[in-house]
Amino acid sequence: MAESDNIVVETAEKIFADLADPQTINNDKTNSWQAPLWQALSEAGLPLSWVPDDLGGSGASLADGFALLNAAGRFAVAVPLAETMLAGWLLAQAKIASPEREMTVLPASPKDRITIDADGALSGRSRGVPFAKAAKHFAVLAHGKDGVSIALVDASKARIESGLNVGYDHSDTVTLDKVQPVTIKAAPDGVDQTNLMLMGGVARSLQIAGALESMLDISVRYSNERVAFEKKISKFQAVQHNLARLAGESAAALAAATSAADAIANAKSFNDEVYLEAASAKIRCAEAAEKGGGIAHQVHGAIGFTMEHILHRYSLRALAWRDDFGSESHWAVELGKLVANRGADELWPLVASR
Amino acid sequence: MTAALRFDPIRLPEKCEQLRKEVRAFLAEEIAAGTFDPHKPNREDTDAPEFSRRVGAKGWLGMTWPKKYGGQERSFLERYVVTEEMRVANAPTRRFFVADRQSGPVLLKYAPEHIKMEILPRICRGEICFAIGMSEPNSGSDLFAAKTRATKTDGGYLINGTKIWTSSAHIADYMIAIFRTSQPTKENRRHGLTQFLVKMKQPGIKVNPIGQITGQYEFNEVVFTDFFVPEDHVLGEVDGAWKQATSELAYERSGPERFLETYYVLTELVRAVGPNPDTRSAEGIGRLVAQLHTMRRMSVSVAGMLAAGKEPVVEASIVKDIGTVWEQQLPHRVRDLAAFVEETATNRETLERQLDFAIKTAPKLTIQGGTTEVLRGIIARGLGLR
Repeated sequence: MAESDNIVVETAEKIFADLADPQTINNDKTNSWQAPLWQALSEAGLPLSWVPDDLGGSGASLADGFALLNAAGRFAVAVPLAETMLAGWLLAQAKIASPEREMTVLPASPKDRITIDADGALSGRSRGVPFAKAAKHFAVLAHGKDGVSIALVDASKARIESGLNVGYDHSDTVTLDKVQPVTIKAAPDGVDQTNLMLMGGVARSLQIAGALESMLDISVRYSNERVAFEKKISKFQAVQHNLARLAGESAAALAAATSAADAIANAKSFNDEVYLEAASAKIRCAEAAEKGGGIAHQVHGAIGFTMEHILHRYSLRALAWRDDFGSESHWAVELGKLVANRGADELWPLVASR
Repeated sequence: MTAALRFDPIRLPEKCEQLRKEVRAFLAEEIAAGTFDPHKPNREDTDAPEFSRRVGAKGWLGMTWPKKYGGQERSFLERYVVTEEMRVANAPTRRFFVADRQSGPVLLKYAPEHIKMEILPRICRGEICFAIGMSEPNSGSDLFAAKTRATKTDGGYLINGTKIWTSSAHIADYMIAIFRTSQPTKENRRHGLTQFLVKMKQPGIKVNPIGQITGQYEFNEVVFTDFFVPEDHVLGEVDGAWKQATSELAYERSGPERFLETYYVLTELVRAVGPNPDTRSAEGIGRLVAQLHTMRRMSVSVAGMLAAGKEPVVEASIVKDIGTVWEQQLPHRVRDLAAFVEETATNRETLERQLDFAIKTAPKLTIQGGTTEVLRGIIARGLGLR
């Protein structure tokens, strides 16, 4: 997943650098940057990366799409790119064509459930849905008496209660009350709520890893500029050791996330090995967001605590992304159960299978 | 800058999985034959010469080395698999591990041909044991503070001084050591050290055991008194050992042995908890497994870099830093969770015995092979901070 020789990532990075530079965005209090950014991303076909050509998308590989999400994390991109990609991916699983414009996916939490009534209408509630407020359509995974279905829903048919996550991005509660979907089709074998959560969790892991890479970059740069006690703070051993730990957390997050992305991109199904990879990525990246983000703020001192500085764009968003598609404690419990259920003698073979 | 810290998701190739099966089958036979007890890391019989020879006969020592020296010319990743299976099984690898990991590669790179021909095949057969003489009293991780002198004499050098914390010196046939051949210069405090091959069990060397807080004897103090080393036992460049020693360390720092030393307590916890864990146990196990999995992926990635001929010094230091802090905390986390294990768990006694030993082992894990502070200094240098 090297970014340099990947055309999808190169295109995205250029757009992000031109239209979503964190410093420029941070200086703009009006959100006037959002529309041109979304337009440029759409024209490049990036939000529908994971949708095949015949369903209205650009048909990029899973691997390229994951690399794109990592790049989006490096710029702390605050438009529903990951969400639209996930929605497009989910719809494509049931061969449902993706409409234009912003989408998001529900449920966004493993605990929430959307059900299908006898007449095919959808009901249920999903909390913490990222960018629901900005979405024109929802890709919905729903449970009916015949099993799991995937539906395209017009967002205006839903009741949306606005909320903000700790990163100041929209994280809303979406209620469907007997909503007739635009399209609904049976999900193919192997696509269920757990696997949707794993897919979303890996997307978030790559974004967190990207944000940590940037936090490391700006923290190292700042430590080489800031003078205290008549020395650059980068010359203090305590600061060096903190930054070394941040580098370790950033590297661990990136390793876990890219490994999980690679596993999903190359697997035929969401088997136990893929589960280990995806759940581990979400757990480890969330831990890294907490530990690494803490160090980045420590290095920046008071300036990093201000709204004027860009650090919060990465640190708070990385903390917020921990909550989407199952928190690390949720996945830790589930992974722990899986390991316990397989038994002690199967633990090492599972780890060593990757 | 961060481009240097990428850990690509390298997968072990298919032939590694075949080899893994062979290693597991071999270890299962050894366990069945009573060679060692996989549930007993604190056994007294860790020096197992016959086991070493059988591992050698399998072709699992010096696996990556040229065939003319007894090697198998297999890949570095295949060696990786053998190492982790041995470690996870608690196999008694003390006699051969250092030679296989470090000393052999140093000889391959720097020893004269006749020494390679004499010694490397014997390492491959599992016949000989190596120790590493780097630390000295008052110079642990500070390699360049070493004072033990090698003074030029007719046909070789006379060694005077003391090495310390030398694992396995009491059973070793050879030691690869660094000695001071001249004083450091003002410009380069690393100058003046030379690497030597030392034949142990000779007059002029005295090995004094040092007891460890685990109750085991693995460390030693090694005292050299006018000990003669012939000229052809100089390894590499006179006064230039620092370059050699630092590239050697990437192998020592990123391997699976750097996060699996206390792994056995995790397996035993899973056994004690049983198939239907409570939420607290499940979460604790899940987090530990996620952390373990992540480190292993990083370690495999570094193995891939080494196999590709790169020198991932910073990446290896990151793996060792995170890995050894983790394996140090692991017994304590397992102890937390074990407090809720049912009294009736069939392996409760084994788990308690393992925890006792692992908790005593833990303090050394962030010291050996470069302290955490030294590693973080290396990482900081890689980040351009010094």
